[in-house]
Amino acid sequence: MPILNGVSLDIRQGERVALIGANGAGKSTLLRCLAGLVPLSAGDVEILGETFSGSPSARQRKALRRQLGFVFQFHGLVRRTSALSNVVNGYIGQGHGMRAWHQMLAPHTVREEARAALEAVGLGEKWDARADTLSGGQSQRVAIARAIVHKPSLIIADEPAASLDPAAGSDIMTLFHRLAGARGCTLLFTSHDMNHALSYADRVIALKAGTVMLDAASSDLTPADLEPVFHGD
Amino acid sequence: MATDIRTEKPVMPRIARLDPLRFALAVALGALLVASIGEVTPSPERLAGALPRMGSLLDRMLPPETDPAFLGRMAMRLLETVQIALAGTFFGILVSFPLAWCGAMGLSPLGPFRWAARMVVSLFRTVPDLVWALFFVSAVGLGAVAGTLTIIVDTAGFCGRFFAEAMEDSDRQSREALDAGGARKIDILFAAVVPDCMPSFINTSLFSLELAVRSSVVLGIVGAGGIGQELKSAFELFQYPKASAIILAIFVIVLGMEQLTDWLRRRIA
Repeated sequence: MPILNGVSLDIRQGERVALIGANGAGKSTLLRCLAGLVPLSAGDVEILGETFSGSPSARQRKALRRQLGFVFQFHGLVRRTSALSNVVNGYIGQGHGMRAWHQMLAPHTVREEARAALEAVGLGEKWDARADTLSGGQSQRVAIARAIVHKPSLIIADEPAASLDPAAGSDIMTLFHRLAGARGCTLLFTSHDMNHALSYADRVIALKAGTVMLDAASSDLTPADLEPVFHGD
Repeated sequence: MATDIRTEKPVMPRIARLDPLRFALAVALGALLVASIGEVTPSPERLAGALPRMGSLLDRMLPPETDPAFLGRMAMRLLETVQIALAGTFFGILVSFPLAWCGAMGLSPLGPFRWAARMVVSLFRTVPDLVWALFFVSAVGLGAVAGTLTIIVDTAGFCGRFFAEAMEDSDRQSREALDAGGARKIDILFAAVVPDCMPSFINTSLFSLELAVRSSVVLGIVGAGGIGQELKSAFELFQYPKASAIILAIFVIVLGMEQLTDWLRRRIA
């Protein structure tokens, strides 16, 4: 049983796109397909100059990772290492090999870039705090720093605010919006929150049962337009 | 299905129904237990007869030997025992780590062939240490080297299993996040799995050191070095005061090692 059906999207460089839909609509699967984390059973993906069907080749995967930052709902930090080490881990896949395993092993430039990324997310002072001592919002900020440290041209975020309280969730979305704008990178995020979709994206794409139900500029939409996406017809 | 006559609803049995196969297995297990008790446990008469002999033996063992020359030789043997345990545990942990990684589900670089690493770990773990000691004494000759090789294999079997289980239970979200960042399996191992599993690795290593000290004490009985050789000689030559001195020294060493590892565990927790 395919999870996605006939989904056809074209996202331009620098666009900020919200992908919304109820649980099970296929949002996370679509993001994972785009990033080459889940193999496609049919169709193809053209992303960041690479085209693949099925799974990306090793070369394509490597090329994608250089230009892509991925943020997960549950941050996925390594709990027993510092915030700085977690951000240094963002260089894994960028050709630094074992020197990206831990901040102790990292070259000076990588450590400085990692500190700058932590400062960009407002956690410059917390560079040596262990990840498991950070709050949910701070952890998600470190995850964002890890995703942006290698200066990707596309950031994919899967429900980045879903595990946070409303205030922390809004802070995270504001941060995403600001960082993507400042760095000119494309932002594609999923959300359950209509307000987040309308406030922080230029374009909203709604999925329902694996198909695209709505694709419009956020400025043309009101919350009432998005109601059917979550609450049936 | 039986029905409750008051509620007219199906009866909810308090004990799950036993199917015939399980019942037969339970009966067979019970019969084997009864037969085993009859065959190999001492009868009350035999136990009663042995108690005076045990008392007599204890009487001949006391007081323990205090001759300085003997105590000096014993101390050297004890040192050798601890050295066997320490060196064997150290190299055993080094051997077990790649074996555990190769055998860990979802992390192994061997993919579907991870069973091969699992088999090696199982072989190391299931063959008793005295059997390994006999093998290594035959292979490299009498002495501490055979004992160290035995502890290496024993530790690799013990740690190989528990390290692999810890790796499999490590945080999946951090592994997935690094995977999405283009990490190779070895990157995921050292950047995410090792930091996450470190307390478990240290605990397992300390337990294996305790086990190694206990094992290295008895390895001498089959000629693989350490204090066990002295103990065996003392019993064979009926030098019971020397035997009791050695047993006391073993007790102190094993207890000391347990205290040390407990203290280290508390510090790490």
